[in-house]
Amino acid sequence: MIPSQFDYVRVQSVDEAVAALTEHGEDAKLLAGGHSLLPIMKLRLAVPSVLIDISGIRDLSYVRVEGDEVAVGAGTRHHELERDAVAAAEVPILPYVAAQVGDPQVRHRGTIGGTVAHSDPASDLPTALLALGGTVVVQGPGGRREIPIPEFWLGFFETALEPDELIVEVRVPRTGTAGWAYEKFTRRANDWPIVAVAAVEGRVALANMAGSVVRATATEEALARGASIEEAAALADQGTSPGADMHADQEYRRHLARLLTRRALQRVAGGAAAAA
Amino acid sequence: MQVSITVNGQQRTDEVEPRLLLAHYLREVRGLKATNIGCDTTSCGACTVIVDGLSVKSCTVLAVQTDGAQVTTLEGLAGPDGEMHPVQQAFREEHGLQCGFCTPGMVMAAVGLLADNPDPTDREVREGLEGNLCRCTGYHNIVRAVRAAAQAGPAAGQVPQAQEVDA
Repeated sequence: MIPSQFDYVRVQSVDEAVAALTEHGEDAKLLAGGHSLLPIMKLRLAVPSVLIDISGIRDLSYVRVEGDEVAVGAGTRHHELERDAVAAAEVPILPYVAAQVGDPQVRHRGTIGGTVAHSDPASDLPTALLALGGTVVVQGPGGRREIPIPEFWLGFFETALEPDELIVEVRVPRTGTAGWAYEKFTRRANDWPIVAVAAVEGRVALANMAGSVVRATATEEALARGASIEEAAALADQGTSPGADMHADQEYRRHLARLLTRRALQRVAGGAAAAA
Repeated sequence: MQVSITVNGQQRTDEVEPRLLLAHYLREVRGLKATNIGCDTTSCGACTVIVDGLSVKSCTVLAVQTDGAQVTTLEGLAGPDGEMHPVQQAFREEHGLQCGFCTPGMVMAAVGLLADNPDPTDREVREGLEGNLCRCTGYHNIVRAVRAAAQAGPAAGQVPQAQEVDA
């Protein structure tokens, strides 16, 4: 499969990227790792007329502590995040979940900014980010702005990002030794999750249970009022709208959401060493 | 557009369409047909090559994205005198292939894995090769071959550099 024709523009800085986006408008797409974009271009589900390659912007790849937060550069590749010592110490769910994305070859290319911008409801890292909270820092012609993570994903492939903006950073709170868990249910080793659940203390996020990644609000509210893990997890699918496909029908996905939420919360309660 | 890509130590400048995939560039432009295209959807790993030291699936990389990069394909592994790379040797000795279609990608992924982790456990080999499918299901011998290559020494994780294969 071969993508439709497009023009290719390589930029060296965020300012150049914004200028190129402003020039080419909605017909342009940003190319970082390309592991979400190129597959849908090969299927002709996306037919951008211009690709703006931002992978050469060197200063977009970093993980660093800034006050109470950890800042992750949008160009940080999954395999870099996976083995980052700062991330492991300050926000350990991120490197753990980065290692669950696809397979090594995919993780060598894919970036955190790309997966956030793509807004696939089955994505691993957005699910973890939604449980963490924080902000997505974007830059456009008018400068930088911060979008709270819960407001960033609007639906399937749909975000709060304007066509002339790019993601430059993701900021999440330092969680240190707080309990966390990521429960991913797949059919095969490197598959997308049928359902996945990320939990950080009492915050719970679900993958593949709606048009975008979503919080399990009924579960979170139940935990906040002192319900048991079993009672809270039983509410995990409330307010969700999972799809059905050849792998799982809606009721099975709801069952998985409740089950995986219970397991995740049990791991959180068990302490920081929560990875499976 | 013009790209300058070093493949197996040989740098060349070519005029390519931006939409040309690296897999097609290697096969059709450079004439290196060891890199197989299996699923063409980033799933099977048959098209795995090494770009600047890291394994990638060349069906999901544009040739223009590798402008200025060092690419190694299966053809670049053997020495100038034809001596097999330790991973190739181990695949041969441990019968790490049946039909052979997945083998170039499997070998390149294994070299990438061993470069990162010179002495992996069985589990680490299986996880490290999770992006490569063998439809003959010959996984046991593949895992054995990768571990045998690791036992043979640190050369198993070496990606030959330009001067070594430029003969």
